[in-house]
Order: sequence, then structure tokens, then C-alpha cells
Amino acid sequence: MSVVMGEFMGSTGLLLCLLVIGFIAYQLGIRRASALVSGRISQLHSLPHYHGYFSALAAIGPAMIVLAIWLSLHESIIMNMVVGNLPETMTNKTDGEIKLLINDIRNLVNGNVIATNLTPEIQQAAKLYSDHRSTSFQLLTFVTFAITLLCGLSGYMSLSKEKRARNAVERFMMFFLIASSTLAIFTTVGIVFSVLYESISFFGKVPFTEFVFGTQWSPQTALRADQVGSSGAFGAIPLFVGTLLISFIALTVAVPIGLLSAVYLSEYATEKTRSIAKPLLEILAGIPTVVYGFFAALTVAPMIRNFGTSIGLDVASESALAAGLVMGVMIIPFVSSLSDDVINAVPQSMRDGALALGATQSETIRKVVFPAALPGIVGGILLAASRAIGETMIVVMAAGLAANLTLNPLDAVTTVTVQIVTLLTGDQEFDSAKTLAAFALGLMLFLTTLVLNVIALHIVRRYREELEV
Amino acid sequence: MTEDNSTLSPNIPKRPRTIDVVRKNINKRNAAERRFQLYGKVAIALAISFVFILFFDIINKGKGAFVQSYIALDIYLDEQQIDPDGTRDPAVIADANYFGIIRSNLREMFPEVSSRQERRNLYSLVSSGASYQLADLVREHPEYIGNTFRLWVPADDDIDMLIKGYIDRNIPEDDRRIKDNQIAWIDKLNEEGRVKTQFNTTFFTAGDSRDAELAGILGALSGSFFTLIVTLLLSFPIGVAAAIYLEEFAPQNRLTDIIEVNINNLAAVPSIVFGLLGLAVFINFFALPRSAPLVGGLVLTLMTLPTIIISSRAALKSVPPAIREAAIGLGASKMQMVFNHVLPLALPGMLTGTIIGMAQALGETAPLLMIGMVAFIVDVPSSFTDPSTVLPVQIFLWADSPERAFVEKTSGAIMVLLAFLITMNAVAVFIRKKLERRW
Repeated sequence: MSVVMGEFMGSTGLLLCLLVIGFIAYQLGIRRASALVSGRISQLHSLPHYHGYFSALAAIGPAMIVLAIWLSLHESIIMNMVVGNLPETMTNKTDGEIKLLINDIRNLVNGNVIATNLTPEIQQAAKLYSDHRSTSFQLLTFVTFAITLLCGLSGYMSLSKEKRARNAVERFMMFFLIASSTLAIFTTVGIVFSVLYESISFFGKVPFTEFVFGTQWSPQTALRADQVGSSGAFGAIPLFVGTLLISFIALTVAVPIGLLSAVYLSEYATEKTRSIAKPLLEILAGIPTVVYGFFAALTVAPMIRNFGTSIGLDVASESALAAGLVMGVMIIPFVSSLSDDVINAVPQSMRDGALALGATQSETIRKVVFPAALPGIVGGILLAASRAIGETMIVVMAAGLAANLTLNPLDAVTTVTVQIVTLLTGDQEFDSAKTLAAFALGLMLFLTTLVLNVIALHIVRRYREELEV
Repeated sequence: MTEDNSTLSPNIPKRPRTIDVVRKNINKRNAAERRFQLYGKVAIALAISFVFILFFDIINKGKGAFVQSYIALDIYLDEQQIDPDGTRDPAVIADANYFGIIRSNLREMFPEVSSRQERRNLYSLVSSGASYQLADLVREHPEYIGNTFRLWVPADDDIDMLIKGYIDRNIPEDDRRIKDNQIAWIDKLNEEGRVKTQFNTTFFTAGDSRDAELAGILGALSGSFFTLIVTLLLSFPIGVAAAIYLEEFAPQNRLTDIIEVNINNLAAVPSIVFGLLGLAVFINFFALPRSAPLVGGLVLTLMTLPTIIISSRAALKSVPPAIREAAIGLGASKMQMVFNHVLPLALPGMLTGTIIGMAQALGETAPLLMIGMVAFIVDVPSSFTDPSTVLPVQIFLWADSPERAFVEKTSGAIMVLLAFLITMNAVAVFIRKKLERRW
């Protein structure tokens, strides 16, 4: 741990130092502003505490930015320098081997010596690495304090009676607000680029058509050339079918139960029943998925298996049915709260009209409220479907790994999310088709859920607007 | 008139009166009404019964995790064996063969045991952690050397299951993990008062272990703690800032539209995709350490941001415009109006949303698997960059272990996790009820 730890402690220490300096600068700024007008604050353009904020920002703002950029980049730059310094014979290898090499060096530096072939070159590289790191860190400390001093002083000296400190501080705040709100865009862009980039290199190895239309999935690629039985087939159809099968089972559980309970709670239930039943239903939404997974794997799956055996059915121990049923329970509150919203959005006048014509309450609901709410309900179901498709832990724990192309809910199937987890949590070979396949699956998953969400949100919004007019 | 009509055209059947139609169908319609209500009631009953079944099942499986069986050994610490020169040097004391002491102690208790197989069964009555426990004890209390004292050591996990009564003694010996002679020994020990079950402190003070009786959740809990700290420190200010901009300042233009669509979509992106993002960006590109709470916190920040932004916007929306107009009217700048007048009023709502977002982050597993927080880690992490795991991932890891004792530990860990979640949600509800102002 030593070096990395020490350094992170060091950077935390540096950060704390900056915060203390910022606080001191704040106090000094306030003092100076009051002193400038000898206490008659009304003569200042900005209130004293704005002068304080201004000095603090001037002191630590630029330094913070430098610190952040430096810390995020120096690791890779140093590693490049170290690798560049290694003898030619060690570096003219594949990317994967170089990454292994880097790992060896890091492990050595961090003191967890499990690294195997410790050649003198690697030991030397490790020394170089830790030397570079400490140099980099000393330099960083120096640069940070120099910037703090320089900018802090110039900010402090610039304070005057007419100083538009409030405007400067507000401009900075505005910048922070805008930056924060654009983070959502950057996250989306980051997701798209990270999965797209790796997917493209995957499709360089495995043709796109084979991936999308192939019916054979066995991602074990041969480690050695003479290995048998690990051809590596990347036809994702069985995964798509498995995902859809489990999601379909989940929806057949969740939609009727969720919808009917939403109808009952919003149309029939008394205020008291509602206030008890609704929070109880919401509990289902708050339970972590890993708990559902445990419940599905250890309670529901054996139950279904025993029941199946007792009536002479052959049930796999990791059946799609178990995972689907439990996933259905998980999305019940999702369906019910979305339907509840849209049912409540149906104007009361429509109900009153139907009731006045002599319809019973259930007729009003089925023939008036329900058709009016249908687009919203469909939108909600689509959102629930996207939830089911993207759900990971339940299927990882309760559905299997066997990529069977089947529609039989009693068989074991596997899903897209299960495969992503298995491909990325096993012993990883860098840049193999196997790990890249996970990103290609991630891309498929992201696109599918994105399309479902966009359609669903669009429908729900349209529906709201229609009813409000 | 009507009679006339009917006589004029006898072929046209008489139109039934509406009231007759209604009367004829009313029973059917009322039955349909009752059926429909019944469906609703059944649906709610089903959904609620799932909640109870789930909780009952978990508690039933996990209640045993909070107690542990201990076996009493009367240990004689031979000075010749431990510290022959009488130096009381900690290094010498630590080097002694405590493993052998425990074993010979067990042999002395059951002198009739002779064959190798039987001995092995005998040794496996107590936990493999017993010798470390003894070593620690002697290091702290060197005065015990040369004396005999009674030491309660944890029973092995299978024996623990037997003592707690989870193992059926009637099934054939070959089908259970406990052998007949082990049962006999335990029964004898029990008669001698050498077996007890008491509160399992190890469960709350130890890190992970391959041995169920030595495994605890402290490592996972502190991993969760560090991860959530990172998440909270980043997502609360950023989420609130984004909400303030969108609700109070943003002009109606394309950029704002794009941001809004993005936030709504991110709220529905599967969590595992955020894990892929974390793996590709934070670990592969920025070379941040694997398995670290820092990276976990970053990923969970991106994941919880939409929740916090959406609830913070709702909180800002509920502040009446009069407050804003009054502040502006008194000469406040727009920024002053927001930060000095609107924000304090919206803060309780924002806090509620943040706590709920944090509860989600606490229960999240899938994205953390992607960034390597699934490793088997014994040490309790002590900083943001130590390799660590979090409570839900610990549950996932334990759920994979086939031993009966780990099922119990898993359920116990789930109970702890649920307790945290319930507390957080209760706090959120409390804040909403007590602090939020209705206008």
C-alpha cells in the first residue's frame, strides 16, 4: 500500500491545507474590505463577505483546478515514462502483456509482492516508478502552493471600495451551477463513448452480423493455440431470448398485480387503507436487488423445483421462472406507482359523467378511466420492461450461465446482464474478444433501454398534455 | 297511441323498456363489480404478502447469525512449550505452537480417539481461528503461562449448525457433513456444560473469512461507509447546483431541453451500464485503483445524481413565487434571492431526496461488481483507496458459498443492510413530515 496510500493521504492533506488557506483568505478579505471604508459598509460596492469569498476563490480556485488535472493525469504519464524506459525486448509486445507488466510494477511498488517473474528490469522500473511518483508529488505540492500564493495575493490586493466582488463571486457560482447541470450530458456522452469504443474493437474481431444473428454463445476463447473445446462463439441470440423470456415472466406477474392494486388504491380504497397499503408496497421498491437475488436463488428456485418434481416436471435448479417471478415482485411497486399517477391524472369529470349515466364503478373504471389512462399505463409498462431488461443481481444470482436457446420457463437461461457480469468479473484477459464482448452487450443493453425509455417518456408526456388541455 | 302502433305493424317486436334491461342485468353487473373489487383486493393482498414472506424468510434464515456456539477448553499453558527460557519476549510467545496446544487439549478430553480419521474429525470441532485466539490471549496476558484456565473458543461452522439444531440427526451419516462420532462428542461436551451459544460479536467486528464462524461484516460496512461518503460529498452539491440552475436560471432553449432529457434518461439507465462507464473511464483511462471506495463512490455519484436532481427540483418548485418576488423587490440579486431565501426553504425536500438517493446507493451492487469490488478482502479498509467491498457485494459473495453457515451469515448481513435502509428511509420520512413546509 505504502506509496499509493502515502500519496493519497498526501493529496488529501494538500486538499485540507488548501481549504484552511481558503478559510484564512476569506477572513482576511472581510477584514480588508471593512478596513478599506473604515467600517462604513454602505460605501462598499459589495458586502464584506463577498470580498471574503472573492479572496478565498482567488487563492484556492486555480490551485484546485491544477491539483485535479495533475492528479487525474500523472499516473498514466508516469507509467508511460516508465514503460518507455524499459528495454526494447520487453516492450515490443502486445498491449495485454504490457498491461500485465505494468501490473507487476505496480504490485511491486505497492508492496503486495505476488508478482511472479521479478526480473532486475522490473525491479528497476518499479524503483523508477516510485521515484517519478515522489518527484511528481513534490513538484505538485510546490506548484500548488506557488499558485495559491500568487493568485491569492493578487486577488487580495485587488480588493477596493469599488471592487465588484459580488458580481465576480456570482459569476463563479453561475459557472458552477451550469457545469453541474451539464454533468448529465457528459455522463451520457461518457457512457456512449466508453461502450462504443470497446464495442467497435469487438466488432473488428467478431462480425456484427454474427453477434446479432448468431445462435451459439460460448465466450470461452482458447488461451493456448492447441486448446480444444473453446472455440469462442459470440452469437447473442440466446442471451436476447433469455432476457426477453425472464422479462416477460416478470411483467406477467407485475403488470396485473401492480395495475389492479393501483386501481383499487386510487378508486376504491379508503384514505386509511391507502395510507397503510401504499407505504407497504413501496417497501418492495426499496429492497436492494441483491436481497431479491438471494431470495430467488435460495427460497423460490428450490420451491419451484420441488413442486415441479412432485408433479413430474423436470425443472432446472436455476430456472427462468424463479428469476422472473421474483423480478416481477420487484417491479410491482414500479408499475403500481406509475399507473397510480396516470389514473389520478384522469379528470374527475369523466368519472362523474360515466357514473351519472348509471354505470357502476367498475364499469366506469374499465370503460372510461382505463381507456383514457391507457397511453400512460403503456408508457409505465414500457419503463417497467426496461427496468426488467436491465436488472442484474436477481438474474446473476438466480438465473444460470448456460446459454440455452429456449422458451421453456422451467429451463435455465442466461441474460445479457448476467453475461456482462461473468465476462468482466472472472480472470480477465485484456483486450480479448471475451472482455470486449461485455462492452458490446452493454451497448445493446444501453440502446434497448434508451429506446424504451425515450418512447415511454414521450408517451407519458403526450398523455399528460392531452388530459390537461 | 302505442297500442295503435303495435297493431299497425305487428311484425316489429316491441322495444324492451330500459328499466327492464337494467333490472335484468343489474345482478350480473353488481356481481362484476364485486368481482372487480375482489381482484383489486387480491392484488394488494398478494403484493403485501410478498413483503411479509420476504422479511419472514430472511429473518428466519438469518436470526441465527447473531449468535455463535462456543466450546470450552481447559487449557494448560506449559511454560516449557511456550516460553522455555522465561523471557516473556512477545516474539517468542507469538512463535509457540498454539495450534498443537488446542489439538492436544482436544485429544486429552477424548482419550479414546485413536485413528487418524477420527482425530481429524475431533480437531474440526473447534474453529481454525481458535489457535489465533489463544495466541492473542497469551500475548496480552503472559501471566497465564504455566496456569490452567478455561477458554471459550468458537465452534466450527458445521458444529455450530448442529448445536443450533439445523442439522437433522436422523438422516444417514453419509448424507450430512457431521459424523456420528462428532455428534456424540458434542453431546458429551454439552452434558459437561462445555457448550454455550452467545451473542456473536465476531460478526460485527471481523472482516471477511473463508470460515463462516470467523467471518464478519465490519470490512464490508466500512467499505460501504467510505463509498457513501464519496457519493454524498460529490452528489449532494452537484445535484443541488444542477437543480438550482435548471429550476431558477435556465433559459428555455435547446441546451436546457437536452439536459432535461438526459437527466430523465440517466434515471432509467440500468445500473450495470454505469459500472461499464466506471470501468472504462475511471479505471482504464484515469488509472484509479481497482476495488477502491473512491471509484465506487464516483460511479454511484453518477448513478444517484438524477434522483437527487429530480427531487431537488421538485423541492424548489414547491417554494411559492411570492418569496422570490419579495426578495427581488427588496433589491436582492437573483443569486442572493436563490441562495438566501429560496434554498433554505427548499433544503428539507432536497435532504429527503438525497437520503433516498443514498439509500439506493447503499443497496446497489451491480456497478460495483464491474469496478472490481468483488475481491475476497479480509482486511478492514481504512481509507478511500484501500481495496474493499461493500455490504451488498458481501451479501452477493456469501450467497455463493455452499455452506449452510454462510446462508445464515448472508441473511444476517441482509438484515443489517435492511436495518440501515429502513433507518435512512425513516429519517427521510421524518424530515419530510417535520421540516418540510406546506404553503
